[in-house]
Amino acid sequence: MNTLVRDNRSASTNGERAEEQFITPAATVLENADGYTLEVEMPGVNKETLEMWIENNELTIVGRRSLPAVDGTLLHRESRAQNFRRAFELDPSIDADKISAKIEQGVVRLTLPKAEQVKPRKITVA
Amino acid sequence: MSLIRYQNPSSVMWPSLNRWASLRDDLDTLLELPFLTGGARQTQLFTGWTPALDLYQNNDNVVAVVELPGMRKEDIEISLHDGTLTIGGERKSETGANGENATRTERFTGKFRRSITLPTRVDTNKVNATYKHGILTVTLPKAEEAKPKQIQVNVS
Repeated sequence: MNTLVRDNRSASTNGERAEEQFITPAATVLENADGYTLEVEMPGVNKETLEMWIENNELTIVGRRSLPAVDGTLLHRESRAQNFRRAFELDPSIDADKISAKIEQGVVRLTLPKAEQVKPRKITVA
Repeated sequence: MSLIRYQNPSSVMWPSLNRWASLRDDLDTLLELPFLTGGARQTQLFTGWTPALDLYQNNDNVVAVVELPGMRKEDIEISLHDGTLTIGGERKSETGANGENATRTERFTGKFRRSITLPTRVDTNKVNATYKHGILTVTLPKAEEAKPKQIQVNVS
């Protein structure tokens, strides 16, 4: 049950994009009887610049930022230029074919439903 | 025996901890792993959210770009007072709406406030703000007297 929330640290060191530096975005994982909801903060990322894939039961989310281009000189900077990347190991109870995602105001919200056979089920006495 | 009422550390706002919050952000990148994700109380101690803010200026405007992912437009408050721009608001928790339990909470929920002193005077009536892809852009037109002026040199 905890595997969903386990980050994969090795992915960033031996991945094919190992040379690129990424920011690890903040994430919140919610669980209920039907499945998990995963929220990942990626300000400046939109539908077109968001990439997600599942490989070896591992979900990887990469968001490339497209920050608004401002004409002028920079006086003060706190934002970081790097893109976002985070990987999660999927719990075996998740039905990977039914994962859906949307992005709204820089927050990626993934719905990861549990497979039918693992959902709690009431047994009625005949 | 102490008669001082116990105060939950999480309810105390320590302004000095804001600095720790940004240090934590730096450590996050360093470790590539969000720091202090253990207990809710631990993360609460580092309470407060300091959204990243970039400030630009050109001949006509001062522009503030703030990372505010997952806000509702109505929950963002922008105010100007004495040359200080303040951006605040509240991000409401959506946890527990459908009998959900949070197994990991790194996203900040609650109130936040962020202030920055503007480099020049601005025309407070013409301030414009847009919110797109979780990024708030506040455009503050410079006051006429603050705009750079070209002075013609007359050759006699």
